Amino acid sequence: MIELRDIHKRFGDNIVLDGVDFSVHQGETVALLGPSGVGKSVLIKHINGLIHPDSGDVFVDGLSIPHLGRKELAKLRTRIGYVFQFGALFDSLSVYENIRLGITDLESASDGAFCRRRVEECLDLVNLPLDTAEKYPGDLSGGMRKRVGIARAIAGQPTYLLYDEPTSGLDPVNADIIDALIQKLQGELGVTSVVVSHDVRGSFRVGNRIALLADRKIRLVGTADELRGSQDQAVRQFLERDFGTGVVSD
Amino acid sequence: MANDRWRLSQAYRIPVDRSRHDLRRLAGRVVLRVATHMGRFSYLVLEILRGLVEWRIWVPRTFEQANHVGAGSLFIVLLVAAFAGGVTSLQAGYQFTGGIPVYFAAGVITESIILELGPVLTALILAGRVGARYAAELGTMRVTEQIDALESLGRSPVSHLVIPRVIAGTIMLPVLVIFADLVGILSGWGAARSALDITNYDFVYGARYFFRPFDLWYSLIKSVFFGLAVTVVPCYMGFNTQKGAEGVGRSTTAAVVSSSVLILFLDALLSKVLLE
Repeated sequence: MIELRDIHKRFGDNIVLDGVDFSVHQGETVALLGPSGVGKSVLIKHINGLIHPDSGDVFVDGLSIPHLGRKELAKLRTRIGYVFQFGALFDSLSVYENIRLGITDLESASDGAFCRRRVEECLDLVNLPLDTAEKYPGDLSGGMRKRVGIARAIAGQPTYLLYDEPTSGLDPVNADIIDALIQKLQGELGVTSVVVSHDVRGSFRVGNRIALLADRKIRLVGTADELRGSQDQAVRQFLERDFGTGVVSD
Repeated sequence: MANDRWRLSQAYRIPVDRSRHDLRRLAGRVVLRVATHMGRFSYLVLEILRGLVEWRIWVPRTFEQANHVGAGSLFIVLLVAAFAGGVTSLQAGYQFTGGIPVYFAAGVITESIILELGPVLTALILAGRVGARYAAELGTMRVTEQIDALESLGRSPVSHLVIPRVIAGTIMLPVLVIFADLVGILSGWGAARSALDITNYDFVYGARYFFRPFDLWYSLIKSVFFGLAVTVVPCYMGFNTQKGAEGVGRSTTAAVVSSSVLILFLDALLSKVLLE
């Protein structure tokens, strides 16, 4: 289980998060919605300790992330897959080497045959042809890079998956492919996921629950139906941007 | 008192002199910035020392980096050393006139190359060539979240990216300095024969007469320190890059300038400490 309690974070004079409470239960997918620049990426980076809160606490499996030592944090991170907004693939390494780096168990990582098999499995899971393994990130399209990023994140068989804007910058067809992939991975791997997005339709499709981050706080958390029925002005305003006035449907 | 002055200034619309206040704020900002850099730099150095135990990660990558630093820089280092040796000889030929024994010039040429020109010029070349590359590489990796990606996979970016670069540079710089010394002396010898009309016997005699084995050690000790300067500083700059492509450019420039200044500072400090 992931739990963020009363998180405060500021960068210089810019207050990004001001008392955020947020939790994700085992096995569910929560979509974290919000306008661009509101601090969604900052919030999920607290979950794997890439950013530490100014105050408040973050718990993953009962472990307080800001209070973990280097080794404990590194060990915990092997259970949390992170899909970066722009892929963050290592451009000097081939796709095979990128995904291989995701195999976080050191014993398995030193077994060449296991790595080859696992990389092929991951490429298959993200619907990429096996010959992609020999290519370099520079040879791939935006959608393929995102899928390789997902393959790298799942290579270590994590318990949690954090997606940072997995569909941003993609055309609707590729965005649908990525959304379907997130649903497929949740079904096949049973991982607990947090999907950061500003795409309302995609979030409604992949999330068991949806949280809206606005004005430095979580404004609302609930199912798609609960969000549709919300009378909160900020929620309605945000949803109407995607679905048109008063019409919010799948 | 201060309140009275402010009230008066408001009443008569006299502009308040804020220059002292602004100066204090500026000084505060500078102190804060220096303290932040010192803290971050110390933390990076600590992380490097801690990461040394993860030798399985950094040793293979160090060979790769050593090849880039050593083989990649050899041509330009030798070229500069050859010109430095030749020009030193020509200038010695211009200055050593009258009753000064000609073999003195050989001593001056070889000692100048071994003690100063070999290590300092090689280090300055590497500050531009390798330091800029390290800062740009790590800076780009930082702004494209590749460093965050390594961390998110439970791996230490310092062990994967910084330690191999620092060790490769620190080992390869003394090796390059040995080659630079050798080529600088040979080129100085060649130029001295034409500029000073010195015989081979006199040149070797002069060079050996002034040479002490410690001179070579001094050259190597200096180059180890220079090696650290041209690697740790650029890695720090690259590692702490912010604000996209502009930030990468700024880090790269800052890395070259800072490591060059540090080389000159270390040169003066080590001369004082080791030669007195």
